[in-house]
Amino acid sequence: MDSRKKTMLLKEKIIKNCMCFCAFFLAGLLVFIIVVILAKGLPALQLSMLVQTPKGGFYTGGEGGILNAIAGSLCIAVGATVIAFFIGIPIVLFINVHAKKHSILAGGIRFTFNVLWGIPSIVYGAFGFTCMVFLGLKASLLAGIMVIALIEIPILARAVDEVLQHVPAELSSAAAGLGATNGEVAWKVIIRQVTPGIITAVLLAFSRGIGDAAAVLFTAGFSDYLPESLLQPVATLPLAIFFQLGSPFPRVQNRAYASALVLTIMVLLISVAARYFSKKLSRHRIENI
Amino acid sequence: MRNIRLIKNEIGVLIMKTLAGGIVLLLVVMGIGLFLRSRGLVSSRSIGELLFATQWRPSRGEFAYFAFIVGTLEVTVYALIPAVPFALCTAIYLSEYANKRTLAFFKSIIDILASIPSVIFGLWGVLVIVPLVKQSEAFFTGGMGTGYSLLSAALVLAVMILPFIIHIILAVLQSISLSLREAALSLGATQWQTIKKVVLRRALPGIIAACGLGLARAFGETMAVMMVAGNIAQLPLSPFEPVYTLPALIANNYGEMFSIPLYDSALMFAAFILFVVVLFFNVISWLVLNRVKRRV
Repeated sequence: MDSRKKTMLLKEKIIKNCMCFCAFFLAGLLVFIIVVILAKGLPALQLSMLVQTPKGGFYTGGEGGILNAIAGSLCIAVGATVIAFFIGIPIVLFINVHAKKHSILAGGIRFTFNVLWGIPSIVYGAFGFTCMVFLGLKASLLAGIMVIALIEIPILARAVDEVLQHVPAELSSAAAGLGATNGEVAWKVIIRQVTPGIITAVLLAFSRGIGDAAAVLFTAGFSDYLPESLLQPVATLPLAIFFQLGSPFPRVQNRAYASALVLTIMVLLISVAARYFSKKLSRHRIENI
Repeated sequence: MRNIRLIKNEIGVLIMKTLAGGIVLLLVVMGIGLFLRSRGLVSSRSIGELLFATQWRPSRGEFAYFAFIVGTLEVTVYALIPAVPFALCTAIYLSEYANKRTLAFFKSIIDILASIPSVIFGLWGVLVIVPLVKQSEAFFTGGMGTGYSLLSAALVLAVMILPFIIHIILAVLQSISLSLREAALSLGATQWQTIKKVVLRRALPGIIAACGLGLARAFGETMAVMMVAGNIAQLPLSPFEPVYTLPALIANNYGEMFSIPLYDSALMFAAFILFVVVLFFNVISWLVLNRVKRRV
């Protein structure tokens, strides 16, 4: 009896340690990826790369930098996030405040967001391209912004929806009891409660927008110049990395590593900022009434 | 005064409803749009010919997706084989064993891993996984491949979908009520017995749904796979051979889309296949997940 108990406890311990190992292996994997990008990118990174646009022969090892790609990516991500914000937030407020919580309407819209969230970005890109052909548009900053906005809407909406579901129901009851309309409850009371969550969601969507490559391949094109007009093609950082990596010249490949480092740092900074804001701003939240 | 507020409210509701309707329509429009663009190809050939013939020679007007579909499926399945058990173990550890602080720490790890762009994963694959696969090929089979292969693509993909699957399984495990676990423990079950016989049994549909979502995500992943898979349209006989996936086909050839007749509709048809497959797995998985959530 005693020995059976011992083997049982031993089994418990072994299993727990195995699972624990998996979790820490995952953390190790993340560190490993970041270290590889750092080790390859840091020696190749020069300040001149960040403040210049490509000069002649850039892709065969000539002078220049990736400012065009950085600026293009930021333009696309900012524009797309703004659009996604103004489309996503009203819908999410609608299904949480106006529609009854477990109605078919709210459930259906949630379901749609979940499914849209799973559609790969290359399909968005192909769809965007289809629309562009239909409308007679060429690859441009505008088209890139529109497609990335479509990708960002479900990301943003799902993240905000998650936060909104934790807002105590008494809060809207109290506001409604004072005579507020549904709209006023949503836009003046609820939205203040979830501001930290919204900021986190916006940053999450932004980082997804800045890192996406497959969709902008079709829609934003590529350009060696800084973005100037909505109707001109623009470069993006992920594509710049991809194109430079495909070059046979070691110098250009090194620049791909450096560009990858820039992109990774941007994404990590956004991620850290999102965490910081969600902690810092949640001080004024009403948890329970 | 009251009227203005009510009118404002009405207008607000109208706008919100329009936007919500637009989002639901988007899915339909996306499917129809892609299908209409690929009609040029579909109307001139039979579906069977498109899906099961093996010759992909756009310049001769021969379009067949068999190699690409099989390639995509193979990469996806190879990626799921290591990713699912690993994700399951991690999620069980986080939900059953880890304390609150550890859980919060790993949640940020998972979030950060999920936010890394796929190009970065691709670059990491080129720098780390491809040489590794090349060496192991030389070691195990004596082959002299480049390392850009099915196996490389699957490994990179496995890492990419890990945070995604863990996130969903973790949500499923956490939605199972504590009283079930307490009941099992109070009957004298050990923690692992509780997990195995109570928690996992209860979570099984949710875990399968998470795998379905992971499969859909892996199926549509483009850049990282394209960078390490070798991109040769063939039916790979060994994991060390290159493979060409549907998303990579679209992304690689968009440039010469209009140079060959029907080429553009051929690529759009590839996107349509992707859309249908991903939609199918997503819809099924979310139906299951919603059901699991409601039952608890």
